[in-house]
Amino acid sequence: MPAILDVRNLNTTFSTPEGTVRAVNDVSFAIEPGETLGIVGESGSGKSQIFMSVMGLLAKNGRAEGSVRFKGKEILNLPVEELNTIRGVKMSMIFQDPMTSLNPYLTVRRQMTEVLEVHRGMSEQVALKTAIDLLDIVQIPEAKRRVHMYPHEFSGGMRQRVMIAMALLCEPELLIADEPTTALDVTVQAQILDLLGKLKRETGMAIALITHDLGVIARLADRVMVMYAGEIMERADVRPLFKSPQHPYTQGLLRSMPRLDEHRINRLQTIGGQPPNLQHLPEGCRFRDRCPYAFDRCAIEKPLLRQVADGRVKTCHLESL
Amino acid sequence: MSPAPLLSVQDLKVHFDVTRKRLFGGTPAIVKAVDGVTFDLKPGETLGLVGESGCGKSTLGRAVLRLLPATAGRVVWLGEDLHSLDHAEMQQKRRDMQIIFQDPLASLNPRMTVGQIIAEPLSVFNPDLSGTEVKNRVRQMMAKVGLLPNQINRYPHEFSGGQAQRIGIARAMINNPRMIVCDEPVSALDVSIQAQIVNLLMDLQHEMGMSLIFISHNLSVVRHISHRVMVLYLGKVMEIADRDSIYANPLHPYTQALNSAVPIPDPDLERQKDRIVLKGDLPSPLNPPSGCPFRTRCPRATEICAQIMPDLLPAGPTHHVACHHAGPRER
Repeated sequence: MPAILDVRNLNTTFSTPEGTVRAVNDVSFAIEPGETLGIVGESGSGKSQIFMSVMGLLAKNGRAEGSVRFKGKEILNLPVEELNTIRGVKMSMIFQDPMTSLNPYLTVRRQMTEVLEVHRGMSEQVALKTAIDLLDIVQIPEAKRRVHMYPHEFSGGMRQRVMIAMALLCEPELLIADEPTTALDVTVQAQILDLLGKLKRETGMAIALITHDLGVIARLADRVMVMYAGEIMERADVRPLFKSPQHPYTQGLLRSMPRLDEHRINRLQTIGGQPPNLQHLPEGCRFRDRCPYAFDRCAIEKPLLRQVADGRVKTCHLESL
Repeated sequence: MSPAPLLSVQDLKVHFDVTRKRLFGGTPAIVKAVDGVTFDLKPGETLGLVGESGCGKSTLGRAVLRLLPATAGRVVWLGEDLHSLDHAEMQQKRRDMQIIFQDPLASLNPRMTVGQIIAEPLSVFNPDLSGTEVKNRVRQMMAKVGLLPNQINRYPHEFSGGQAQRIGIARAMINNPRMIVCDEPVSALDVSIQAQIVNLLMDLQHEMGMSLIFISHNLSVVRHISHRVMVLYLGKVMEIADRDSIYANPLHPYTQALNSAVPIPDPDLERQKDRIVLKGDLPSPLNPPSGCPFRTRCPRATEICAQIMPDLLPAGPTHHVACHHAGPRER
């Protein structure tokens, strides 16, 4: 079976008055059916722009090159009409702010049934019933009544659920979730993470989970890809990645988080310095300015993404940490 | 005996009238953002304020600084009620109390250089200082917060979020204040930068001895930085205790739910964890539940909870909890 999503040598650039910004640099990965791939990184790491490229949603000054195959079919830079038979249908995307994907002028019913009627050829009645069922699945109480409400009548957590229900309308095989719980309070975040876990088990859909929160990744992901300054630093199964990170950046991220499950330490470990400016990237390894292990070679020779052990790949000259 | 408090907040209420004015009145609507909060802050102490959006933690922080008027109650600063001072008297007190904000870039004037931004509070309270002296003090402060003194003539937009937060901290610290209210100071920052700023605040506190009111929704960061922690829900204190008691032995079901909801960066622990998943969302602050505001989402709620708001009662030498059914979590 081909991968659901197969991204090869993706390069995404933005032309700005100050020069070209290389947001995604030669990124390759695949998402298998039913798999949840966590994509973790800080702002500017390129984690969102990978999937904006995949969905054909780049800003006007953006340009994506390389190859993106959805179940074997090339979809990068397809004409909009052709792309629309896949995006929103076989793969859909949810965002941090639900109001970016909900129309404030239309009732939830109207927004949901329209999609079902157009894409799945349902009658109005069947569409309404399906919409209510989906709101039930995402645990909106009193779905029958609430389906007639406008987005602003829902609370933040409820809106997030409505957006997830909207994304599920066409039974996608891939759900791209971009910081789906970042704007939510922790008790509501817990509800939404439970919901995503339930959907993953029950529908078998693949999920690309983009987040800056390693705790969220630990809860849901099967595999994890760590991004920094537009490049993959490390990719591994979730347990080995957390247990023994093999890239200094992954290790630094994990160590700089205060944790509730461990004894309190007096001083947090930090990653020194700042992420690099994407317009003036350093020679050699992009992380070397902030890397506690950096040595001569890191400044001269750019490390390439390479296989280490157990399907783990990393971009680092060091053999092991 | 414990040292006299720097700040003593007594039954503080901050209510907002949000009645929509109509020709014939309209329905009166009051949001009780802070509703009867009492606590002390000792010199050199860090008090963490946690709670979800709408719990009143930022309003409380601002009312403590008299950036918002109090509806009732007292904010006693070294024996004087701040809300009874006139404008000029209050202005003098401000030297000793500062605030830093969540969005560092939005809180800095884009038309002022870093040097001007940091120097402003210094010049306000020390108008006689010479220009050279001001510059020297600013440079010293910049070095202390990890900024390069040669960046003194740059503008805020030339800095990243973490660096901009350092500018905000330098500005707050330049008069050597006795208290700083930190309103979500690391929430907008990347993980790797968060740790830098938390360490900086702790180092500065160690060196200069100021008290901090640290407002955050991030329970892990609050545990790291705070000596005591207060949990708020819809404007009321649910639980307040020293850091170790509240994290190791939370007695309020809301604190327990908050604690258990924080995702742990360890796949095995996180997936086996026995979480308390609360029902529903925060109720509307316009129409809060009767009795205990948490009862609509509380797994232990009974009849009495709908009738009577429980008092904040001692549960240990440094531990107070407001719950009819307070007690350790049952497993």
